[in-house]
Amino acid sequence: MVHENETLVKTPQWITACRAEDVAENGGVCVKLGDQQIAIFYFTRRNEWYATQNECPHKKQMALSRGMIGTRNNVPKVACPFHKKTFSLLTGECLNGDECNIKTYPVKVEDGIVYIGVDDPPEEQFS
Amino acid sequence: MKVVVVGNGMVSYKFCEKLLTRRLPDLSITVFGEEQYPAYDRVHLSELFNGKSTDDLCLAPVSWYKDNRIDLHLGDPVQYITPSVKLLQTFKGYVKHYDVLVLATGSSAFVPKINGMEKDGVFLYRTIEDLHLIKSYASRAQKGTVIGGGLLGLEAAKALLDLGISETHIIEFAPRLMPRQLDETGSAMLQSTLSSLGLTIHTQKNTAHILGGESVTGLAFTDGSTLDTDILIVSAGIRPRGELAADCGLETGMNGGIVVNEHMQTSDPFIYAIGECALYNEMTYGLIAPGYEMAEVAAGEIQHLHTGATTSSKLFTGFDMSTKLKLVGTDVASFGDPFAEGDNIRNIVLKDTNKGVYKRINVSADGKYLLGGILVGDASHYNILLQTSRNRILLPPHPEDIILPAREAKKEEGGGLAALPGDALICSCESVTKAAICQSVTEQGCETVDAIKKCTKAGTGCGGCLPMVKDLMVYTMKQQGKYIRNILCEHFDYSRQELFDLIKLHELKTYDTVLDRLGKGDGCELCKPAISSILSSLWNEMILQKGNDTAQDSNDRFLANIQRGGTYSVVPRIPGGEITPEKLIAIGNIAQKYSLYTKITGGQRIDMFGAHVSDLPLIWSELIAAGFESGHAYGKALRTVKSCVGSTWCRFGLHDSVSFAIRVEERYRGLRAPHKIKSAVSGCIRECAEAQSKDFGIIATEKGWNLYVCGNGGSKPQHALLLAADLDSETCLRYIDRFLMFYIRTADPLTRTATWLNKMEGGINYLRNVVVNDSLGMAAQWEQDMQQLVNAYQCEWKTAIETPEIRKRFAHFVNAPEEKDPTVTFETLRGQKKAGNWK
Ligand code: SRM
Ligand SMILES: Cc1cc2nc3c(=O)[nH]c(=O)nc-3n(C[C@H](O)[C@H](O)[C@H](O)COP(=O)(O)OP(=O)(O)OC[C@H]3O[C@@H](n4cnc5c(N)ncnc54)[C@H](O)[C@@H]3O)c2cc1C
Ligand code: SF4
Ligand code: FES
Repeated sequence: MVHENETLVKTPQWITACRAEDVAENGGVCVKLGDQQIAIFYFTRRNEWYATQNECPHKKQMALSRGMIGTRNNVPKVACPFHKKTFSLLTGECLNGDECNIKTYPVKVEDGIVYIGVDDPPEEQFS
Repeated sequence: MKVVVVGNGMVSYKFCEKLLTRRLPDLSITVFGEEQYPAYDRVHLSELFNGKSTDDLCLAPVSWYKDNRIDLHLGDPVQYITPSVKLLQTFKGYVKHYDVLVLATGSSAFVPKINGMEKDGVFLYRTIEDLHLIKSYASRAQKGTVIGGGLLGLEAAKALLDLGISETHIIEFAPRLMPRQLDETGSAMLQSTLSSLGLTIHTQKNTAHILGGESVTGLAFTDGSTLDTDILIVSAGIRPRGELAADCGLETGMNGGIVVNEHMQTSDPFIYAIGECALYNEMTYGLIAPGYEMAEVAAGEIQHLHTGATTSSKLFTGFDMSTKLKLVGTDVASFGDPFAEGDNIRNIVLKDTNKGVYKRINVSADGKYLLGGILVGDASHYNILLQTSRNRILLPPHPEDIILPAREAKKEEGGGLAALPGDALICSCESVTKAAICQSVTEQGCETVDAIKKCTKAGTGCGGCLPMVKDLMVYTMKQQGKYIRNILCEHFDYSRQELFDLIKLHELKTYDTVLDRLGKGDGCELCKPAISSILSSLWNEMILQKGNDTAQDSNDRFLANIQRGGTYSVVPRIPGGEITPEKLIAIGNIAQKYSLYTKITGGQRIDMFGAHVSDLPLIWSELIAAGFESGHAYGKALRTVKSCVGSTWCRFGLHDSVSFAIRVEERYRGLRAPHKIKSAVSGCIRECAEAQSKDFGIIATEKGWNLYVCGNGGSKPQHALLLAADLDSETCLRYIDRFLMFYIRTADPLTRTATWLNKMEGGINYLRNVVVNDSLGMAAQWEQDMQQLVNAYQCEWKTAIETPEIRKRFAHFVNAPEEKDPTVTFETLRGQKKAGNWK
């Protein structure tokens, strides 16, 4: 299943993130990519995959992967575990009216492996 | 035209407000107040002891006067008036000319002539200042006494209880309490209820003098007896403040009240008097509603004078003295003519000493009209009875029906509201009619009580009509075909209680099946924790299994509380606060090994902070090996059952409070509920375990245990109320089973027991009926349900570390499970670590 982020114009470079079976159903995990942290969500009910930055912009906490996911008016979103600020998984827009959006990444799953599309891949790769 | 008002109390403020709405040109208003504060809500004065601040009580801030061009002088009492030249002079020496003068000087507490009134520790109960003084003195006092068993005296006694003076006495000169409002039987019923709440009542006692040196130490009575006390509040009645009026030659009455006619004019036509200082038809009115009515009349009169109109304006024709008292743990009300008796009158009386309920209504001989009555112990019908008598509504063929406890099936739609005429006065303080309230719902779209308050002002005075305002709102909305329910969120069209029953009925066990069967869409952070909590309360299965892990609130998902920086805290259960030296050492070793900050919590246990998520299973393996189990500090679940040391060591202890606390904690550990639940057990009434601040608290008595429920600490502290007294241990646990199951089944999400009770119609009496008298017939079922939950208990941390699929979730990086989050930082403080600051 592929979800393409429409705001990204450049063709991303696909990097191996983790095994699909290691991602919690209807939840998230955090992937280490060099010194970056990316949250991956498997919205099993909708059979959709999403990826965003792991850092919550509110208090700069590395926590979004531990947040609860859900929908509002059918828009998929994640709620930060700290103060429950919510962000659209489609656009990264903050849904509480604050001016702090998050970055989203395209994701694809092939043969049980999850790949994330990034612009500037880190030097070393993890699998 | 210059209008000057003397006094800045409740009625003065209302008068200004009413005069302003008339928008009269060329009118100046000046107000002199003796107190330092701008007018405040004296009716709710006692709430200063219940978490309200002086700002909360303020009716309008100083800026309001400024914005409305009212010249306000605070802390400057008027000293004398010279009516012949229309001048007055204030304490600070200000001389002011008026065209019209309005006296709104209220009343002061009546101080009987008793020697020793000047001693420290003797207080009145009338102003914010009085209450501040009482509060600071009360911390030194253990025994308190109130002189006066009337409306205000009882309120003052409750205040002493609220201030933590559990040994409080009431001294009443008359043979019974509230002699002006209640008949003999009503007083007796009230007296026995108050005694069971811990107040000691002495009637037919005449205080001779106050004992003590500089400070009060006791009272001596004319019958030769004495009573020790550390603090004394004198609340023996009120005296209208007519001294200023009398000094300048205005006519005043026997009790000092300023004589007025139906225009509120005193014996000088340019001087009016309103509120508690006014004496109309040989009556003064110690209530707020008639005061507001007088303010309306006086404002109308001044408009007349100002515009020179010749038509007559509204007149004051007296007011009835119906009241409902806000007491502890019991309701009292009287309305119309409470004492009516004789050949032309029929009395219907309902008396239930078992529940502490007494109701009396007085009906006309033909059985058609309600003349008045008395309610003690259950005043839930007060508003509708008051309306029935005021509006002369025809009584049903069996008038006794209106005071019988509502039998569900028979309950008339809208509870008799339909029969009220549109002009029935619902809020007498603000003169708001039934029609006005219904219109605010139908035409202005008000759908909450707060919106109606804003729109119509109903309920903003004494607040006594609010239950009826709410009933009217619900009734009107229902008539419009609107149905009000607290639905969970956009994914579920059900209230929590409805979902609870449906999930139980269909035996659903996972969040996903609940969403498939009963909801729509894909869920969110509101419904997920609420449903997870229901599932857990029903089946008590390990919360992280069956795919329910990601439906848990984030603390539950990691079985720990997330902290600044993203590390977690670890709180093992320490039942009753009792711990062996070996276990203390184990905690010390583990904290040292994983470099954790340690602190004794407010819940009598030890919290270890700063654990990385990947260390949690390791830490818990060691804790479990040392004999600990999860403390559920992260869950909306039973937290702690605190205990005092009790009879095993304490010289006052009546029973072994530690053993009982441990038993209670081990029975309910792991029990999930709409919000967290806390408990405590004290070994005697000194209450070292603070049981009366808990969701359920237990205090040892000579004969067993007293069970208190629905207390709360937090931002709105509330004392727990006595549910049942002198219970043996087994009965006590059975009542707690029932109480908890009732709460778990019916409370809204994230509602503590105190708030739940506050919203419950019928309050503690209703709750007591359900729990103790099994009025819903559910007791056996609930006890059985609870036993199943108790049997299903497991330490969820133990299951977590033993189940590989669950254990693997405790990693920060899915692709590097051994690595810790490198962005976490710590600082050092007093030799331990603390979380790095927010960036
Ligand atoms: C650790 C502790 C403070 C301490 O160092 O002593 C504590 C810490 C927290 N309390 Fe508390 N409370 C602690 C005792 C209390 C007490 C005292 C008591 O239980 O006797 C109270 C007042 C009693 C009561 O609850 O009625 C208390 C009233 C609250 C409230 C207000 C509840 C209310 O109804 O208003 C909250 C907020 C809430 O739950 O919504 C709260 C919330 C919290 C939270 C969970 C805030 C949060 O969401 O992060 C804190 C978690 C800290 C952490 O990261 O671990 N804590 N908290 C205490 C843990 C006791 C324990 O052993 O489990
Ligand atoms: C504890 C308590 C509980 C109550 N509960 C209820 C209740 O449940 N229901 C109910 O209906 N009523 C209740 N009341 C009564 C209610 O508060 C009064 O009826 C109401 O406050 C009267 O308003 P007022 O403006 O006439 O007098 P007040 O509010 O007393 O105001 C008069 C003001 O005038 C000032 N003043 C006096 N002389 C001068 C002067 N010479 N110059 C300048 N200022 C002066 C006084 O200092 C005072 O501030 C309660 C009262 C108390 C004390
Ligand atoms: S509550 Fe009573 S029995 Fe318990 S420690 Fe305090 S004084 Fe002792
Ligand atoms: S840190 Fe995420 S909401 Fe505050």
